[in-house]
Amino acid sequence: MARGAFEIVPRWPGAFALGLVMALVLGAFGAVLARAGALSGVTTADWAAARFTVMQAVLSALLSAGLAVPVARALARRRFPGRHLVIVALGAPFILPVIVAVMGLLTIFGRAGWLNAGLALLGLPKVSLYGLDGILLAHVFLNLPFAVRLLLNGWASVPAERFRLATALDFGPREVWRHVERPMLRAVLPGVTLAIFLVCLTSFTVILVMGGGPRATTLELAIYQAFRLEFDLGHAAALASLQMALSLAAAGLSLAVARPAAFGAGLGRVADRWDRTGRRLQIFDVTLLAATGLFIATPMIAVLASGLPWIAELPGSVWIAAGRTVIIALAAALIAVSLALATGLLITSLSARPARLLDAVVMLAMTASPLVIGTGLFLILRTFTDPIALALPVVTLVNAVMAMPFCLRVILPGLAALRTDYDRLSASLGVTGLDWIRLVALPRLRRPLAFASGLAAALSAGDLGVVALFADPGQATLPMQVYALAGAYRTDQAAGAAILLVLIAFGLFRLFDRLGDRDADL
Amino acid sequence: MLTFEQLALAQEGFRLEADFSLSPGGITAIIGPSGAGKSTLLSAIAGFFPPASGRILWEGQDLAPLAPGARPVSILFQDQNLFPHLTIADNLGLGLRADLRLSGGERTKVAQALDRVGLSGLGDRKPGTLSGGQQSRAALARALLRARPLLLLDEPFAALGPALKAEMLDLVAEIAGETGTTVLMVSHDPADARRIAGQTILVAEGRTNPPEDTATLFAAPPAALASYLGT
Repeated sequence: MARGAFEIVPRWPGAFALGLVMALVLGAFGAVLARAGALSGVTTADWAAARFTVMQAVLSALLSAGLAVPVARALARRRFPGRHLVIVALGAPFILPVIVAVMGLLTIFGRAGWLNAGLALLGLPKVSLYGLDGILLAHVFLNLPFAVRLLLNGWASVPAERFRLATALDFGPREVWRHVERPMLRAVLPGVTLAIFLVCLTSFTVILVMGGGPRATTLELAIYQAFRLEFDLGHAAALASLQMALSLAAAGLSLAVARPAAFGAGLGRVADRWDRTGRRLQIFDVTLLAATGLFIATPMIAVLASGLPWIAELPGSVWIAAGRTVIIALAAALIAVSLALATGLLITSLSARPARLLDAVVMLAMTASPLVIGTGLFLILRTFTDPIALALPVVTLVNAVMAMPFCLRVILPGLAALRTDYDRLSASLGVTGLDWIRLVALPRLRRPLAFASGLAAALSAGDLGVVALFADPGQATLPMQVYALAGAYRTDQAAGAAILLVLIAFGLFRLFDRLGDRDADL
Repeated sequence: MLTFEQLALAQEGFRLEADFSLSPGGITAIIGPSGAGKSTLLSAIAGFFPPASGRILWEGQDLAPLAPGARPVSILFQDQNLFPHLTIADNLGLGLRADLRLSGGERTKVAQALDRVGLSGLGDRKPGTLSGGQQSRAALARALLRARPLLLLDEPFAALGPALKAEMLDLVAEIAGETGTTVLMVSHDPADARRIAGQTILVAEGRTNPPEDTATLFAAPPAALASYLGT
């Protein structure tokens, strides 16, 4: 059936949403380029930062994706009680505020952490986590679970018949690997690796805490330093131009490599597996899964354990920051989901080719760095008004735009199905426009919309990027407070504030998710 | 009166022409091999498929500028005739008001329509809790409430068993008779046509033939129909 023969909702809201996102990204890019001039202000140190940015992102991506393969493989072929719980828990680091994750890692692996305490008992020298080692550890911690979930999707996409055939042919693990798993990974792994590479390319919080100095500074950190410490906007813009060039190059790369198709879909299915695995392989898998579980869980538990006693004694400024964070998160979620829904409606009203093109454009916006956009917006706003006064609205908007592509990924499959199934019925009854949104789209898409809102709220609550660039201490959000407290060596209060932040991020996510489940008897 | 004025429907590798009028009232079957364009013809009347050329008119008025919901048409599809998240009463209510803000009088009408199709008291249920036959009745009740002069049936009862299908066809015939509705129904089963359709349109080989008396047509089928029927 040709689209465009009739209209359920007009296209202008989608065009407006997409225009807003593109204007924000491209406008910021333009402002940065105009201020940077001809890159003359770029120093040798800046080029070193650019090289380090790419290097740490490549290593982080290879390590995370590489380690994820055996873990996902073990999860795919083992059935055990609590397996579903493990898979759900693997989603947690994605919405865990990065500053909290970093604090957790420092509690375990840091200078005064549990690991060094253990090493001291054994009379061994201390290990230091600052610099590249710490950055890689944190990036693996944050991205390994994400990669495992994406790879599990790949395993789930292998038809059960193929595993049955493997059994019928008496394949061992090696043959299954060669004939079933390796071809699947060849299709899936590049996309997963690239996705992690893109995330690490614009990583900020991890570098802010773990990096620094001439040997471990990325462009994002350099932008921040030029902005906040040197007060040199021209230098910040020059650095932002470099970061932008990197993002665009990476985006070009991502067009060439297939992206992982679904985001968080189809995880429930467990293929029946009959292919035989020996005792040793079983021990290997179990050890691997246990080690991964410990690696992921311990830092989170460590923060919780060290901060819990302090949560009642947090200063008022922390609670005020918490309130600010909740408001920003809710507003950003509302904007992100509205933008995503409008864009989704536009995309699903187009024929296949332009729809794919628009989808790709949105995904490109995802590769833009928040700090570059922040720098650009600062430069633009400065010509009209005091950007600092607008810090919180700007932070909300940038958070929303950054979360929007994720929301779109979550909403799009359900929206497309809804339109295929019910557009003709809706049109024939004259249920169109706002009536259609209210009576058909919102109730039918309640689950994905709620999930997307929760995701956007959690991501926004944990964000420490643009806000660090713009806001002065009087406008601090909770992640800023956590960072400030930790920086002032008030470690206990920092841990207490970190727990509060975790509660807010996960609480918001859970709250929205529950809203989606409420009497959803579809 | 429904008029096809030098109508041509085209899609990749597919073309269907129609050029005749259909007198109002009564039930007309559309029969022909699959892929001939029976459903596409209904889609064009309902406003889902823009014609390549020509016009479709109702009582002399060109339907082209009208959105699907504004046409003098109700349509029942093969499936997805009810919104699964709305109650049966709400699904019917959409036939009266697209924004579902119903007055007391309109709610009474919904209840009466449910009574008429034998679904009394089921208004609060969701479609998923009803049998296939009951769902068909609900969709028909909504068409009754919409009270459009033209009712298009795109094989909505195809998934029902033979007895249930016959029951539904009889209900359609009854209601259409009471309200004077003109019914166009697609079918691949000649028995359906014989059961309730006074006249039949044969769609085959890219042409929509003008309606003929059903009994006469099946008694002496033209070559295209004969090859479809296998007689």
